[in-house]
Amino acid sequence: MMMDYVWLIPLFPLVGFLINGFCGQRLPKTIVGIIGSGVIGLSFLVTVKIFLEFLSLPAGTKAVEKVVFTWITSGTFQAQAAFLIDPLSLVMLGVVTGVSFLIHIYSVGYMHDEPGFYRYFSYLNLFVFAMLLLVSANNFLLMFVGWEGVGLCSYLLIGFWYEKKSASDAAKKAFVVNRIGDFGFLLGIFLIFWTFGTVNLREVFALAAKYPVGSGVITAITLLLFVGAIGKSAQIPLYTWLPDAMEGPTPVSALIHAATMVTAGVYMVARCSALYSLAPLSLTVVAAVGALTAIFAATIGMCQFDIKRVLAYSTVSQLGYMFLACGVGAYISGIFHLMTHAFFKALLFLGSGSVIHGLHGEQDMRKMGHLKKYMPITYWTFLLATLAIAGIFPFAGFFSKDEILFHSLVDGKFIYWLIATTAAFITAFYMFRAVFMTFLGESRVDPQVHPHESPPVMTVPLMILAVLSVVGGLVGFPIIEGAHVFREFLSPAITPVAHAGGHQAVSFEVFMMIFSMAVAAIGIYTAYKFYILKPDLPTAIANRFPVIYDYIYNKYFVDELYDATIVEPIKAGSDFLWHGVDDKVVDGAVNGSAGVITWLSAHLRKLETGFVQNYALAILVGVVLITGYLIGR
Amino acid sequence: MLIDYLPVLIYMLIAVGLVGVIVLLSELLGKKRHTPAKDMPYECGMDPIGDARHRYTVRFYVIAMFFVVFDIEAIFLYPWAVIFKSLGWFGFVEMLVFIGILVVGLVYVWGKGALEWE
Amino acid sequence: MTLTIPSFTLSSIGPWLTLTGTAILILLVDALSPKGRKAYFPQLSLLGLGIALLQTFRLWNHTGTDFARMVYVDNFAFFFYAVFILGTALTVLISRHYLEDYGKNLGEYYALLLFATLGMMLLAAGAHLIMIFLGLEVMSIAVYVLAGLFREDAKSNEAALKYLVLGAFSSAFLLFGIAMLYGATGGSLYLDDMAARLAQAGALTQPLTLLALALFIVGFGFKVASVPFHMWTPDVYEGAPTSITAFMAVGVKAAAFAAFARVLFLAFPALKVDWVMILWVLAVATMTLGNVVAIAQTNIKRMLAYSSIAHAGYLLVALVAANQLGAVSLLYYLLAYTLMNLGAFGVVILVGRKKDSYLSIYDYSGLGFQHPALAAAMALFMFALAGIPPTAGFVGKFYIFSAAVQAGYIWLAIIGVMNSLVSVFYYLRITVLMYMKPPEAELGPVAFTPALTTVLLVTAVGVLLIGIFPGFLYNLAVNSVKIFPSL
Repeated sequence: MMMDYVWLIPLFPLVGFLINGFCGQRLPKTIVGIIGSGVIGLSFLVTVKIFLEFLSLPAGTKAVEKVVFTWITSGTFQAQAAFLIDPLSLVMLGVVTGVSFLIHIYSVGYMHDEPGFYRYFSYLNLFVFAMLLLVSANNFLLMFVGWEGVGLCSYLLIGFWYEKKSASDAAKKAFVVNRIGDFGFLLGIFLIFWTFGTVNLREVFALAAKYPVGSGVITAITLLLFVGAIGKSAQIPLYTWLPDAMEGPTPVSALIHAATMVTAGVYMVARCSALYSLAPLSLTVVAAVGALTAIFAATIGMCQFDIKRVLAYSTVSQLGYMFLACGVGAYISGIFHLMTHAFFKALLFLGSGSVIHGLHGEQDMRKMGHLKKYMPITYWTFLLATLAIAGIFPFAGFFSKDEILFHSLVDGKFIYWLIATTAAFITAFYMFRAVFMTFLGESRVDPQVHPHESPPVMTVPLMILAVLSVVGGLVGFPIIEGAHVFREFLSPAITPVAHAGGHQAVSFEVFMMIFSMAVAAIGIYTAYKFYILKPDLPTAIANRFPVIYDYIYNKYFVDELYDATIVEPIKAGSDFLWHGVDDKVVDGAVNGSAGVITWLSAHLRKLETGFVQNYALAILVGVVLITGYLIGR
Repeated sequence: MLIDYLPVLIYMLIAVGLVGVIVLLSELLGKKRHTPAKDMPYECGMDPIGDARHRYTVRFYVIAMFFVVFDIEAIFLYPWAVIFKSLGWFGFVEMLVFIGILVVGLVYVWGKGALEWE
Repeated sequence: MTLTIPSFTLSSIGPWLTLTGTAILILLVDALSPKGRKAYFPQLSLLGLGIALLQTFRLWNHTGTDFARMVYVDNFAFFFYAVFILGTALTVLISRHYLEDYGKNLGEYYALLLFATLGMMLLAAGAHLIMIFLGLEVMSIAVYVLAGLFREDAKSNEAALKYLVLGAFSSAFLLFGIAMLYGATGGSLYLDDMAARLAQAGALTQPLTLLALALFIVGFGFKVASVPFHMWTPDVYEGAPTSITAFMAVGVKAAAFAAFARVLFLAFPALKVDWVMILWVLAVATMTLGNVVAIAQTNIKRMLAYSSIAHAGYLLVALVAANQLGAVSLLYYLLAYTLMNLGAFGVVILVGRKKDSYLSIYDYSGLGFQHPALAAAMALFMFALAGIPPTAGFVGKFYIFSAAVQAGYIWLAIIGVMNSLVSVFYYLRITVLMYMKPPEAELGPVAFTPALTTVLLVTAVGVLLIGIFPGFLYNLAVNSVKIFPSL
């Protein structure tokens, strides 16, 4: 049975890391690339084999645990280096190894001229190793190792171009913000250990089932764990590191900051569904944070001109959707969206990377346009991914996003649905804005630059991902009973929320689908109107913004009313959120807490006078205090 | 239980108080007349020459330290010699080890040239 | 008059004898060999340490006391023997090249190191308070001299003098505490029946016992560099020769903790509520001050000094937990700390070169590009010190904080975790400088001697190995702390 060799899955990338890390400098780039991608390919093959074996297991087998060795023992407490094979971890393993493999191959082309080629691949392999550990660990502690490991690699890769100050600053910011989240996560683990006396996932979930719904300790645990998820998955208020993380190489953004690492928080919440389902308060927090982030990030995405930043805010927003799904108890929909999102967002990032590569490093969409002519493959794949993220039938994003919208209305509150739908509209708008500005319309490309299509080593992964973005959603086909293969497969690994999720009429479901499609279509049309039909319109509005409008004499009365009442306030709000809240409040808080400690540090060091008599006095004070306490207690 | 130590505290208070009272009384009642002769360290005796904080060569300290070390050794031999018989062979070997270690020390300082004045 | 000579087995103090013999041999060779001749002091020291380690292995699983209840012959002591021998051996390895730069490759240096190690062993195995005091002084006096090894250097002199004056000051407190216990027990200083005697003496001697406890905390608190007895640490660590700083940070601290744990667990179980309360406060203050002030440091030795204060705080948490896991975590962490700290100091020596010319943290800028292996090792040690998995530092912190949680000190664990969060800032800064800043100046070649390469390899592999497979060490530690009935 391959299943006994599940440890091979993370082992291969580790070996790749060691070889590339220690010998990579002396190896030719081709070999480094082959090793780097090959090890991931092997992991993927092992994953597929195990997946097939798992399907052939007798019905009723929910999960298999494979212990490699006992890692930490202390008294009755044990943490093993062991893997949990169940539907959820299999889905994650498949997504991580599959998408990573494609991105590794793509990187061979994208990073080809980099002097730090071997360094890049060794970091990337190390990342995959940590990520695989995270999603397949059978206990919280090992999961935490992966959790820290991916953070470390993310830090190394964001700062890959360390000579750029912005890159190393971004790397530091990412690490520090992530550590704040990790702190919550670690406290959550301590609380779990304290409450249950074990950190083994399945044991914890079994023990938790004995607690009543709404129990205080479970609520505390889930909230602490969620703090970790907020940091890792870039949710309000800890999302600021993700847009900055775009300083890293684009394939890294695709792999780490879109497809895999940032989804670790969603995975963790879904993994702990047994705990979250017992804590309605935590679920409300998760849903609220998710919904808020979804719309907040989407609005910011509207006024970005850097193509990668648009995608970054879009990622934050889509992660918000996933949390919203988890928060209303639709964990499976969250994971489903995680999977489809991994496909199309990786594709979008790789596509943008292809554009940047073709334009020799240009990232500003104002200096693009009409690239369809020069890079057709990139254009078509990018368009498919955009249709997927906008939620157009029958692309992958449609199924998963629609499910989330549906559940947020049925299992959640109307306000969630309203926010999510609005965000869906904005998403369709700004994603097509990106497509129009980049590939269509008139060329604003610097005449010095000659755009060209990327080599096959980059375009083939694009095409494979495009296929996945188109058909990836079909595993979750709605309405027809039993056709939702994904749900059937995943449900043994999930503990649902104990409320009567009343069955809805099929007609209602269909109506919801058509409605969400219509919202997306309006968003696309708005973008079309703005950026193709009247390309000077956005600029005109932007110019007019500070002036007091004269509505009566305006030629574009309808448009202007529309702009002034909807788009402009949103744009202004978006601008405010971006510059005001984002830069000042959130960054200020992060830098501020560091500042307080630095200030404290600078003053405390003055105690260190250098005079022996002062030191002796300190000892004496200690003696008096301790004796005083003991005598006077 | 602290109360058991009350007599000690009272005793301490009396001692400190008595000393304080005596110093205070002599300060209040005594006459103070300063003369150069009175302010000298030794009112009757040799007049001090030069500053007391004189610097000696470091060699004196080294020799002084050696003296102390080997002096202690010699002193340690006396009680040992007194009960030598009841200690028996064990005591003899022990003292051999002790002296052996000191000999090593002597060899060391000798070899390092610490015994030479120049 | 007849005297009964108590029976004893020389082999139960075999490691002590070996170290003493080696040190004496080194002194003799040094004194008798003509000037300028190449002497094999490091090799001799390593040989002695190796034999001592073998003897320790042979002694493993012996129990009880020897030499008329003066010496413990138990696994707790042997575990520490191994830690001390490892620490000293690594110190010897990092010393040689460093000392040659200063022209100070002296026999005395190695002899004093071995004597200090002997003192540490006495501390860890002392079954009588006078033995513990003797051990403390043998260790301290040797270290005072070592700190002042560079006589021409004002800072080294200052370090030695400060350490001596304050060390004597704190030793006096400890001795006074021993005297108090002598009174409280009615004239006995044996640790094994101390608790029983104190209980028997009852309420009348309670104040004496309490005072003794306070004075013990002061005396050991000074040696482990706990707030507020830590003030000497930065100055001494900065001024002392780098190799000795490393030795002090790991060896002296470990030895003091060994004796501290033994005295607290064996002599004062009845006062557990009190000392736990005091150590709780000391642990929080020590961790917090160490970590916060470390942030403002720009001298790497000073930064590591504050880091070592912070680590003393974590180790105090293990004592506060006062349960079996706490004691185990203390042992585990001290070994892990020995590895990661000596590794870090090995890098500091390599980067410092030529009489410590490069000690600013900014001298590490761009190290990652000029000396990738060195920088990778340093990064590993920094991550280990910060407690990031899968290094030994993480597992150690995990043991310590779970011990605290197990004992019900949730808040202490939370403060500890927050502190390690703060510590990431300054450990990470070194990594950031190494990998993300251009070099300030051309660093030039670094003298990788076989000895230093060995140190970096052993420590780096060790840090990872016991971080990924801590089970073996954990079992050893569990085996070692079985001697404490009160846990």
